[in-house]
Amino acid sequence: MSGAWEVVIGLEIHNRLATSSKMFSGAPNAYGADPNTQACLVDLGYPGVLPVLNTEAVRRACKFGLAVNGTISHRCVFARKNYFYPDLPKGYQISQYELPIVVGGELIIKDDDGNDKRIGITRAHLEEDAGKSVHEGFDRSTGIDLNRAGTPLIEIVSEPDLRSAKEAVSYMRKIHSIVRYLEISDGNMQEGSFRCDANVSIRPSGQEELGTRTELKNLNSFRFVERAINFEIERQIDVLEDGGEVVQETRLYDSDRDETRPMRTKEEANDYRYFPDPDLLPVEIDDAFVEEVRKTLPELPDAKQQRFIEQYELKAGDAGILTMSRALADYFEATVADFGDSPKTVANWVTGDLSAALNKEGLDIAGSKIGPAGLAGLLKRIQDGTISGKIAKEVFEAIWAGEGTADEIIEARGLRQITDNSAIEKIVDAVIAANPSQLEQYQAGKDKLLGFFVGQVMRETGGKANPGQVNEVLKARLSKE
Amino acid sequence: MTGQQLHTRTLAELAKGLSGGEFSARELTEHLLSRIDSYDASLNSFISVTADQALVHATASDEARSKGDVSALSGLPVAYKDIFCTKGVLTTCGSRILENFVSPYNATVVERLSLAGAIMLGKTNMDEFAMGSSNETSYFGPVKNPWDTERTPGGSSGGSAAAVAARLAPAATGTDTGGSIRQPAALTGTVGLKPTYGRVSRYGMIAFASSLDQAGVITRTAEDAAMLLSVMAGFDDRDSTSVDHPVPDYVAGLTKSLTGLKIGIVRQHFDAGLDEQCGARVKEALSALEQQGAKLIEVDLPNLDLSVPTYYVVAPAECSSNLSRFDGVRFGHRADDAKDLFDLYCRSRGEGFGAEVKRRIMTGTYVLSAGYYDAYYLKAQKVRQLISQDFRNAFDSVDVIAGPTAPTPAFRLGDKTDDPITMYLNDIYTIGANLAGLPGISVPCGFVDNLPVGLQLVGPHFAEESILACAHQYQALTDWHTRCPEAYR
Repeated sequence: MSGAWEVVIGLEIHNRLATSSKMFSGAPNAYGADPNTQACLVDLGYPGVLPVLNTEAVRRACKFGLAVNGTISHRCVFARKNYFYPDLPKGYQISQYELPIVVGGELIIKDDDGNDKRIGITRAHLEEDAGKSVHEGFDRSTGIDLNRAGTPLIEIVSEPDLRSAKEAVSYMRKIHSIVRYLEISDGNMQEGSFRCDANVSIRPSGQEELGTRTELKNLNSFRFVERAINFEIERQIDVLEDGGEVVQETRLYDSDRDETRPMRTKEEANDYRYFPDPDLLPVEIDDAFVEEVRKTLPELPDAKQQRFIEQYELKAGDAGILTMSRALADYFEATVADFGDSPKTVANWVTGDLSAALNKEGLDIAGSKIGPAGLAGLLKRIQDGTISGKIAKEVFEAIWAGEGTADEIIEARGLRQITDNSAIEKIVDAVIAANPSQLEQYQAGKDKLLGFFVGQVMRETGGKANPGQVNEVLKARLSKE
Repeated sequence: MTGQQLHTRTLAELAKGLSGGEFSARELTEHLLSRIDSYDASLNSFISVTADQALVHATASDEARSKGDVSALSGLPVAYKDIFCTKGVLTTCGSRILENFVSPYNATVVERLSLAGAIMLGKTNMDEFAMGSSNETSYFGPVKNPWDTERTPGGSSGGSAAAVAARLAPAATGTDTGGSIRQPAALTGTVGLKPTYGRVSRYGMIAFASSLDQAGVITRTAEDAAMLLSVMAGFDDRDSTSVDHPVPDYVAGLTKSLTGLKIGIVRQHFDAGLDEQCGARVKEALSALEQQGAKLIEVDLPNLDLSVPTYYVVAPAECSSNLSRFDGVRFGHRADDAKDLFDLYCRSRGEGFGAEVKRRIMTGTYVLSAGYYDAYYLKAQKVRQLISQDFRNAFDSVDVIAGPTAPTPAFRLGDKTDDPITMYLNDIYTIGANLAGLPGISVPCGFVDNLPVGLQLVGPHFAEESILACAHQYQALTDWHTRCPEAYR
């Protein structure tokens, strides 16, 4: 982007809380069921039904608020947001308006130069989700699936502190990581459990006053957030540099075309007529409740990363990767505990081979085919010299493929490392005898050929010879000849 | 058996007759159903009569009784205002938009009364969505006042009031958002009890204005109202605004003497707006209470004149939102051949709602709109607080407040339909109790030109016992409630 412009971005993240029942009814809060099977009369907005607040949703929102250093309101009020849409059964959404449950808060992210940057959180409020309109499979009509209607969300509103698409993604990832650490949400983006709207504007660098913003709706992947915002920044720059004006509007990102387009104006020309919902009492939250929730807070990503750096002597980068998800961090720590040695080695394996294997199959750590004990078992065999690091990679793949434990595989495949010096000497001698010209060159000063001899020995032993011993024996024999 | 005169008995008397084996629930039910059959054509007080179901339940009730299985209201017939959801039975709310709506569930009130053994006779006519004071806004046509069928029975619980007054049912449920139980009770010579907001669950009661709506009953005596309230009242975890407050035995509390009772009289209640003859009947009633040992004390409700305008901001605001769910998408009336979504909404609602409902939806939408919210909705909420405070101040010095229920006796059908403001002013004495969430009761206290007049008693929060006792003691002194319109004896 052009240095003449400064980008200003604020995000509104909608995060579904993984409570067992819905926000205001006893229907299950479950994704993926047959249409309209997870909706009761309250969710369907039948005449005469009334909402009853799920206190678990309040607890979870409170937990989030505490995790980002927000203030938990002693009194928050549910309000009705009125608009007509077929997937909104009551004709209003129950949300919070003037008095949200969480006020203020902050997060530290890395800016584009890798420095710490504080991003303010304006508020987080509780609200119910709407249902879904289904357009496929209906001839000239629209189906309505109300399974999602009434599922609990927290909407997390940031200050306009973000200055690039990358920062926005970094912020969003951080929030994503926190809600999963807190176990208040599954954070599943494909299922729409974690999505965001981005408010984007630009202004001439150095100008105080904000430019006109556009709102990009319903971005449901980190990649789309980055691309949509970048597209929008370029578009706004083009508009302004061509002497035009940015129109305040809501736009949708089309991932197929990688562009944003204005929504039809009818859909946004709403006066929501917010007013306090008379069916629900204001929620009074006392200090005892807040303190009780505070006690349930787990160690959060930043604190865990810091601890990993200090306790395990890891580099900030590795510690950062390992603490991205609580499950991954737990995996790491369980492996270290079992292995009982070199956390650095464990970190290398987890961020290296294990991550690669997971990525290849599109799994997250919970789906890993090697558990902490399995990985520790393998590392112990490297540690005690049973196998070399190189052979270990083969064993890792075999464990991943379900062939058994490290020990079973080493045994079955005969991968035990050759550490018997006389055996190694025998092979070394044979290799030297078979390569007289290389021997001659080596002795003439071409030291690099040592690698050639090592390779030959390893080939002869199927990689099982102890590399350190091979090196030593070779050096001794080659200079002796 | 002596079926012919069963309709003249109160609920309490019928309960005695049933337990004494004087007649069966089946005989009682048949008798009332045949009266509905004979008389309701002239009144239009029922939208649905659930005769078959009532007879099945009555027979079952008799069988249960023969085995000693008896509950508080076993075999006693009641009618439900058609605003209460009744499982498997048409529940229209007096509106075309719910003309075809069969509820899949029972309201808590219906559930509790049924569990206690009450038998549903049918669903009574009402102003559309309870919006009206004359029953003329019903899609199913106006209800006639049994005392003069050219006149209104009041509203919105007009069907319930007319049915009880004409002895078609000994009792009926009602709802009171802005006088909708008490005003029709006054206009038909019946007892109408609106409990404290939160005393009776609103679950399954189709919402008009959620912060004001309260379920109650129309009966012929305070005693009957006490019997029913004892069953209906109490916390319901399906209604967050229902209050977890102990439910006393309201019948046991009726005998409390009037001696020393401090009755507040509000000067503004007897201003020019009140019909002189009505005022005279109310004053006679107050003297009767005084003679029994009650003390009359003047109290001031300085913001009383603001109650009608306040109500007509708050109630429409809430109704404009509450009625959004009637959109033709999931239930109720749907316009034919909608071109698109907008057309479906506009025509389903345009065809489904009547003029008064539309007027209130538009008023409510307006007062909640950006730019008007503070001037109307917010201001009305503040005035509402002032009105509540006025009542709290008054109840510092008195136990109940007594006065007229309605400014005039029943007016002629069609008289006020073209003038909403005059119609709204009919509720001037009742609306304050709704805004403040207080319990109120209307008791028959005489006649003007053969039309009944009601005395209203309002108490502090959860003081149903006091107002019921006061009403009961008054009824022990008078026989107004035993008078029956001639054509329905």
